[in-house]
Parts: sequence; C-alpha cells; structure tokens
Amino acid sequence: MYVAVKGGERAIEASWRLLDKERRGDPRFAELGVAQIREQLRLAVARVMTEGSVYDEELAALAIKQAAGDLVEAIFLLRAYRTTLPRFGYTEPLKTEAIHAERRISATFKDVPGGQLLGPTYDYTQRLLDFALLADGDTARGDAMAQAVPSTEHAASTTQAAAEPMPRVVALLNKEGLIEQESIAPDAPEPGDLSREPLAFPASRATRLQNLARGDEGFLLAMGYATQRGYAHSHPFAGEIRFGSVAVEMELDELGEAVEIGDIDITECQMINQFAGSGEAPPSFTQGYGLAFGHCERKAMAMALVDRALRAEELGETLRSPTQDVEFMLSHSDNVEASGFVQHLKLPHYVDFQSELELVRKLRAKHAAAATADQGSDAPSVNAASNSRAAASPADDTLASTPQAAQEQAA
Amino acid sequence: MNARDTAAAAPEYDSAAEGYNFAYLDEQTKRMIRRALLKAVAVPGYQVPFAAREMPLPFGWGTGGIQVTASIIGRDDTLKVIDQGSDETTNAVNIRRFFARTAGVKTTRRTVEASIVQTRHRIPETPLTDKQILVYQVPNPEPLFRLEPRVAESRKLHALADYGLISVKLYEDIVHHGSIATTYDYPVIVNNRYLASPSPIPKYDNPKMHMNAALQLFGAGRERRIHAIPPYTPVRSLDFDDHPFEVQSWDHACALCGSTNSFLDEMIVDDSGKRMFVCSDSDYCHERRTEQAGANEAGEQA
Repeated sequence: MYVAVKGGERAIEASWRLLDKERRGDPRFAELGVAQIREQLRLAVARVMTEGSVYDEELAALAIKQAAGDLVEAIFLLRAYRTTLPRFGYTEPLKTEAIHAERRISATFKDVPGGQLLGPTYDYTQRLLDFALLADGDTARGDAMAQAVPSTEHAASTTQAAAEPMPRVVALLNKEGLIEQESIAPDAPEPGDLSREPLAFPASRATRLQNLARGDEGFLLAMGYATQRGYAHSHPFAGEIRFGSVAVEMELDELGEAVEIGDIDITECQMINQFAGSGEAPPSFTQGYGLAFGHCERKAMAMALVDRALRAEELGETLRSPTQDVEFMLSHSDNVEASGFVQHLKLPHYVDFQSELELVRKLRAKHAAAATADQGSDAPSVNAASNSRAAASPADDTLASTPQAAQEQAA
Repeated sequence: MNARDTAAAAPEYDSAAEGYNFAYLDEQTKRMIRRALLKAVAVPGYQVPFAAREMPLPFGWGTGGIQVTASIIGRDDTLKVIDQGSDETTNAVNIRRFFARTAGVKTTRRTVEASIVQTRHRIPETPLTDKQILVYQVPNPEPLFRLEPRVAESRKLHALADYGLISVKLYEDIVHHGSIATTYDYPVIVNNRYLASPSPIPKYDNPKMHMNAALQLFGAGRERRIHAIPPYTPVRSLDFDDHPFEVQSWDHACALCGSTNSFLDEMIVDDSGKRMFVCSDSDYCHERRTEQAGANEAGEQA
C-alpha cells in the first residue's frame, strides 16, 4: 500500500531504468555523441565548465549528455566528479592581455589599439529561426560555410591579433590616472581557495570573485540587471570584453621556472564604473571584473556588474540594496547548493508535518474553546461541547478504532 | 509497511564503485573533517566550519551526514540509515546503498546491530549504547537562522551567549497561541553553554539527546558546519518555568504493534479520509511485532 513512500530498492531501480530510457529517447534516431555535444553545443559546454569549475570540454559534454541537457544537473555532475580530483598546485595568474583574441570589443572608445574584433557572436544576427537548420544532414551547406568563413576571415583576425598588441582599455585610461589600478599589493595575502575552505564573512574580493565565477548565470544575470535598474549605485560601461585562448603557465618544482602547460578559452569582461570620490580620493573610474571559461559573455558581464556592486562597502558607498550585500549574494549564488536545497522539499517530511498537524489541531481546539467561552450562555452547552470536540480532532469520526481493524484495512 | 524489504537488489546497480577511495572521500578530506569533528566534540554544541565537498548526492539531501559518516566509518563498521525513522524511505535506501558500494561495509536495518546510525529527522526509539554513533543530517545548523539569517551576526550572538532573541520568540508564541508553537527542530542548550539545533527531529525526540550514551554528530553539508554532543552531555530544551517543555502525545496506539510510547505517523488510508497511526520507527515496530509473534507462538504451544 505504501510502496510509493516506503518503496525501497526495487522502485528506485525501476526509476533508474526509466531514466536511462527517457534519456535515450526514440531509438530510431541516432544516439547523440559526446563529441557532437562538445563541438556543436559549445556554449552549453562553456557554461557547464564555468559553473562546474573544471576546464574539461569532454567531461562537460558527457555531463550534458548524461543530464539530458539539464545544464544545472550537468554542472552538479561535473562538480561531484571534480571534488574527487587531487589538487596538484596553483598556476601562475593568467596573462589575459596576451590573449589570442577571437573577439574583443570595447563600448568606451570608437577605436582602441588592437582594434575591435567582432568574432563569432549572436549579437549582430536577426533573431529569425533558420529553417534551413531543420533539414537533416545539411552537411553540404555546413561544409561550404566552414570553408567560406575561416580561410579568409579567421586568418585575417589571427594575423591581426598576432601582429598588433592588445593593451587593456583600463590600462590606457590609467595613463591619465582616471581609473583605479588593480595591482597586487606587496603585502597582499595569498587568495583563499573556495573549493578547499568554507566561505566565511567578511569575504575578500578574491574570495568573492571565486564565488561569482562558480555562481549561477541566471542568478548573476538577474542581480546584475537589478543593479542597472537602480538597486545599487552603479553606472557601468563595458570597458572591454574579450574572448579567446590564453596560455596557462605553472611553475614546476623540477624545472624551477614557469612553463606553459596548455591553452584554455576564456571570456573576460572589465566594466568601468563611475566613482564620485571621497575625502581622500579624487573622483575617478572604478572596475568590476568578470571571467568565465569558454565563450560566456552574458555570464562574464553579469559577474562584473555584481562584483562592482559588492565593492560598495570598500568604496564607502551607501549600502541600500540586496545586490550590495555580500553575505546575501554569496550565500545564494551557487546553483548546486540552491537546486539541492529547493528540491530537498521532495524528500519525505512526514515526521515534521505530523508534529505540525498535532500542533495546529491543538491550537484550533483551544481557539474553538475560547470562541465558545466568549459566546457564554447564549449557546446551548451541549452544542458547544460537540463543536469543540469536532474541532479538536476532525479525523476522529473516521479513525480506525482498534489496532485490529486498522490491520485488516492495511491488509 | 514497516516490514523489512527482503527482496534482493538487482546486482547491476550494486557493483562496487570503481576508481573511488574507500567511502568515496579522499583521505585528505577525511582528515580535514575529522579535525572539525574533534573540535566539535571538544566544544559541545559549537558549530565548527568545515570545507564541505560536493557529494554525488544533492546538497540538502544529507551531504553533511554522508561526509561525517564517510570520515568515521571503517571496514568493521555496520551502518544503518534511516529517514523519517524508516530504513525504506527512498533517500535512506540511496545513502545506504552509496556506502555499501563505496565502502563495502555491512549494512543493517536493526538499530541494535549498527555501530553507526545515520539519520534524518528522527532518533531511534531503541536506546543507543556507548558503542554507537548517531550521525544527523542537518539542513540548517543555526538555531537562530529564522531570527537572524546573517551568519556573521549569529556567530557573534553565540560568542556572547546572547540568546535573548530566541527566548523572545518562544515568549511571543505563548502570547499568540497560548503555548510554544515549535514542534520540530526545537532549540536546545548543549552542556549549559551553546544554543544548538537538534536538526529537524520532532521535539518528541529531544529528551533522548540528554545524557545519551552514544556520540551524536551533526553534519550540515550545504551550510558547511559540524557540531557534536559527546556521550553523557546535558541537553536542555528551551522553556519557561511556567511553560515547561513538553512532547507530543497521541490518543492512539500504533495500529501494528500497539506501542503507546513511540512517535506515530498518521496515514490517510481511504478516500473518505480514514486515518491510521503507525510507528515512524520501522525497526522498533518490526522488533515489537516479532516479539509478540514469538510470545503468541510460545503461548499456543504451551
């Protein structure tokens, strides 16, 4: 009878089998390959790597396949795997100014050294459904496009990127001292590692950025959006957005120097914000920073907006919005935590609910008794008694009266 | 119902998990958690932050308890996992299977056989011994979180033992409702010092925490904190002199075993809303019925 709630192992196994079947879909269609996901759903892969906080395109694609396209579930799968991996050490800070850019735009200057490079983006498309993609096996068209595009334009952009250095826009502003510079103080402590230490408050900016980098894109998007609509003191300009590949360097003990161990694709955003100045500091621009694995401009920009809002306290701004509240924002940004806790409500709670039932019935009985007492002599005493009894235990009428009777019903 | 599921599990899902360390967590992580546990035992009721890992089960589904169990379990241990008092609820089944696969330890549904009992929302009715450890899954370790959601602030209140907020809350309950309207996760003072959350067990179970012979460990994975109640530690449920702490009681006995002193689950058994009450602790209920059956048989034979 209570198989649904105390179903035990067989029900769970049946559920797993159904899940496998549903994930596979109609077997008349070819099974989706991990390589296909990696190549053709690259933006989903980028999101899963960023929030799963491990750079591995193949595992991210596998997680997407296993999660049947549920990206938050895929992120969870990747995180749960990542947590079992040993930590070899820490790389050198990425030199993102030496990025091999596929895309680089600035909204603050019409032209900047290194140029504006549009690269692959949906920004300048008209959002019309392309029904040509509906056709199966349009490899001919795809191949033609692949040939037409990269040979000329890719080559042009790569030579340009290689030939012309691409200094940061904020570095150019600094020549006039117009913007705060983010250099590491000589006495700065080593940044913490959120994957190895619990989040504690107050949180340093390094810790905050780690949290935001792993944070849910939807959460950051909504909160970043709120900062634009007045829920924070924020007047941002997109100083620079870059997407491209950058070398990862690590110092190896055996060699005694930093060597390149590979390249990763990243998206970086530097927001430029107004700052009114204070008693000590003249008015200048300040920065918000966003970084994500792969191509994730929405995430990087939203992260930069939120980062800047969370700097309110250090910049002496008035705190008046949740978006400026470090503990509120950092405690709720992680979708693995949030998704788990929201959905844990599906677990049985009948012991706690039973406790609440008992309390509400008791309180209602008291309430009814008090109401009856207020009516005083107007109400016939017999009715009052039966009323309060009914309120005390509405289920009594239908209760299985003896253990034996109940057992028979159960059987 | 409340009978043991004796069907053998399908072998394909019960193969040992390969490529993982004993009990899933790497030894570094276990050491880190054990250090937190030692501190928690040394300061009863104090919440020790620890670097909870992502586990292969979701946050909010027992990851704190799982990490604590994974850090203390050894090959000779026997594990029992309950949720809502029952070994057969889906999540209890899942966690028990997780340890069977990753640690290869013996599992049991009998409270008396277990060396470690991991629980969500109940303390077993059968008294525990000093050879047993009770591991609680904790959603929110902070008893003040509804009154003060900021961790930075509530830590200060604990440091100062400033628990006025919660007393005022209980007092307001009495003013509004005539009695304290907290029925589960009922706050306690551990070892006469720290205010602590007993996790969302019904207040019916609170008295069992007091001077319990077993070590009680509380793991909150998502909130990344551990606290503990060492064996034989005083645990007092908050109350007032004129409104003493009291536990739930039922007008009914368990419909299956006839127990009148166990926590009962209410069930709706037909469309007209007919109710039935049975023990929430499935092992306790089962043991009692086995005893009764034994006694009956003996009676018939005589």
